[in-house]
Amino acid sequence: MIPELGQFSLILAFCLSILLGVMPLAGAATGNRLWMNMGRPLSAGLFVFLGICLVILAHAFVTDDFSVRIVAAQSNSLLPMQYKVTALWGGHEGSFLLWTFMLAGWILAVGIFSKSMPREFVARVLGVLGLLCASYILFMLATSNPFDRMVPVPPADGADLNSALQDIGFILHPPTLYMGYVGFSVVFAFAIAALLSGRLDAAWARWSRPWANVSWAILTIGIALGSWWAYYELGWGGWWAWDPVENPPLITWLCGAALIHSLAVTEKRRVFKSWTVLLAILAFAGSLLGTFITRSGLLTSVHAFASDPSRGIFILAILGVFVGGALLLYAIRAPLIKSEFGFGSLSREIFLLANNVILVVAAASVFLGTLFPMLYQALTGDLISIGPPYFNIIFVPLMILLVILLGIGPISRWKKTSGAYLQRQLGKVAAASVLLGVALPLIVLLNISIPATIAVALAIWIVLGIGRDLAAKTANKPSRWQGLRSLTYGYYGMQGAHFGVAVMLIGVALTSYFSSERSVLLQAGDSVQLGGYEFQFAGSERIAGPNYNADRATVLVTRDDEAVADLYPELRVYLANGAPSTEMAIDPSLLRDLFVTPGEIRANGAWTMTVYVKPFVRWIWLGAIFMALGATIAAADRRYRKLARVRDHAHEPAVGDMKPGGLQPASGDGT
Amino acid sequence: MKKFIFYAPIAAFLALAFVLWRGLYLDPTELPSVLIDKPMPSFVMTTVEGEPVSNADLPGRVFLLNVWGSYCLPCLVEHPTLMRLSEEGEFPVVGVNYRDRRLLALDWLDVNGDPFEYSILDEDGRFGIDLGVYGAPETFLVDGEGVIRYRHVGVLEENVWREVFMPAIAELRGALAPSP
Repeated sequence: MIPELGQFSLILAFCLSILLGVMPLAGAATGNRLWMNMGRPLSAGLFVFLGICLVILAHAFVTDDFSVRIVAAQSNSLLPMQYKVTALWGGHEGSFLLWTFMLAGWILAVGIFSKSMPREFVARVLGVLGLLCASYILFMLATSNPFDRMVPVPPADGADLNSALQDIGFILHPPTLYMGYVGFSVVFAFAIAALLSGRLDAAWARWSRPWANVSWAILTIGIALGSWWAYYELGWGGWWAWDPVENPPLITWLCGAALIHSLAVTEKRRVFKSWTVLLAILAFAGSLLGTFITRSGLLTSVHAFASDPSRGIFILAILGVFVGGALLLYAIRAPLIKSEFGFGSLSREIFLLANNVILVVAAASVFLGTLFPMLYQALTGDLISIGPPYFNIIFVPLMILLVILLGIGPISRWKKTSGAYLQRQLGKVAAASVLLGVALPLIVLLNISIPATIAVALAIWIVLGIGRDLAAKTANKPSRWQGLRSLTYGYYGMQGAHFGVAVMLIGVALTSYFSSERSVLLQAGDSVQLGGYEFQFAGSERIAGPNYNADRATVLVTRDDEAVADLYPELRVYLANGAPSTEMAIDPSLLRDLFVTPGEIRANGAWTMTVYVKPFVRWIWLGAIFMALGATIAAADRRYRKLARVRDHAHEPAVGDMKPGGLQPASGDGT
Repeated sequence: MKKFIFYAPIAAFLALAFVLWRGLYLDPTELPSVLIDKPMPSFVMTTVEGEPVSNADLPGRVFLLNVWGSYCLPCLVEHPTLMRLSEEGEFPVVGVNYRDRRLLALDWLDVNGDPFEYSILDEDGRFGIDLGVYGAPETFLVDGEGVIRYRHVGVLEENVWREVFMPAIAELRGALAPSP
């Protein structure tokens, strides 16, 4: 009975989302205030009913109701409680419900934090999001109902959650990734509302910026969690594999990064408007495309859910309606947008434009690399595989270029910067970066390597550039402290995120070039040397977990006869379905990770193991944390709230600017 | 004129949507390789043991090119077949160790037995790209001239060997050396 209540609640949510998709938009088009005002209560209702669906489904998982099909497929009575709850998103249907609920959460947040925006604009944003939510719920009801029952005879027990998913990484990664992904729907809705109203001005950019920043920050954390999880769970010490399903979040992330920078230019200088709108659409398209690729079985991947073309067709239709519709609207409206100010050939605008071009080219090449095997097959009937070499060849040079510009951009001036000024500001920084880039790896690692030199030099270039800029920005203040206090959250956020790039760069480069590994066969008492560490296999024992049995090895790590760490890798067998699983053991630290992957146990009791020493690998995720924090701090900048409030009184509902004439900047100081 | 530029994104999107729609109905395992009846791509690589190897080292007669990896469970299923072929010695088997780690591969050969003349080490999958490899296991039938004649995606079971490879080899031999 209870799952049917969930089904009922899902249908109610569908009805509410249809109303949300129709009433505020119609109200905004006709100037009907009552209908426009329906947006907030309807979005609250939508959130509540989708929340009920989620709670009911979670209840079915917790109470082991195996008559519900996805509970039988993804859970088991022996599963520990935390995984019973999270098994909800261990398959297509449940995870799509979570995805839709996330969207409802963002819609609610827009309703709450948009008090200072014009009524008409909020109505359009909520309306577009309502339509999107309606299409998601319809998709669930039509092709992937999470409340489907197994009739007439439910199985006695469930098939169990994939053992690779029984992990903290699985609890954290999907919800975070979805939340970031879905956040770009909000920025998309802002862009559509602006295109519909014709009010594509600095105010629109300012309203969008905090949402873009927060979505991007959450997406950053989501991707980093996925990378971290793959690193310690999949067992080969890799943190990024260019898997077809890892790539779409990266495409969205790159478009989102471009969007954040482009929004800054649009807000401050009122240029690149049509480009910014296009990026907002592209970032959203990336997130939908990710859904499509994962859920349609289009590409084979470790992440793919069971394939079903009817689902693929449905998501493709959603993609076609929303992205296609948005691009059509863009094609009609964008020619009417005018930039208000010009800028010189050497200016911050130009550097940010270059940043945008590089990020979009990077996104496009990841996109092509991901879809190319499929494209190739569709066009020629033959097969091809694209591996990490392709992505690395394209990605690495682009990122080097991006980082060089990253050092120059923040210190350059809007409108016009002289080359002499840049040279004065950054000449010494550049020299110092090259010098330290050569010297530091030599001193610390006693090793000369061109990739490490380039990476360290670039990271130092960023860090010293930040220092130089801080010094320049505070130079005219009575004291350094007062100078530092006068800088905005927006500024600190930017520099924090840029610092994160430097940290990540170090992590990526040094891990890639200085990791070492050895595969060995060890009897109890044997040991192996790697990277100055001695790994000794001290023996193994049988242990019983909550829903598995395991052989646990003890590996004692020493360096110069001093104990460093005791590691306990395990070979597990899950009771529900006999699935084997290897559990690595890691000793993490800021400068290096020690990592043991168990292989198998021989008849004579010897173990095969692979041991790894991975320097600086933690810096990859540390960098991501800095980037996410930076974007969040920037989003908290006071002026978004303050200025938005002033703006609000400036434009109370301006009905009738559907006319192309309305595309002139609302502030009226156009060219 | 400038106005039409703004229609470029939607045009690109529509083209993409069409391809995606087509893509939904493709099955990547049913199609043959691009390289059928073409010479093997040229390569200068090393074996898993670290010896240099190139096209010149290919067997000068009909042989099998087997794509495998230590991570690949189905490879264990076809392993006895490959061992038998290797012991019988009529058809040499050359391995391609695809997207694997050298040490793991050596360990795998050590544990399970080595049916290969040698295994070409393809850690980053670049040679696999040239071969159009979809994933391990895959087996190519290559003739004495180094021309790829047949490709099998998936496990090389005994019945596949009997019903697909044997006739293909017979046909190949018939075509190359017609008996009077």
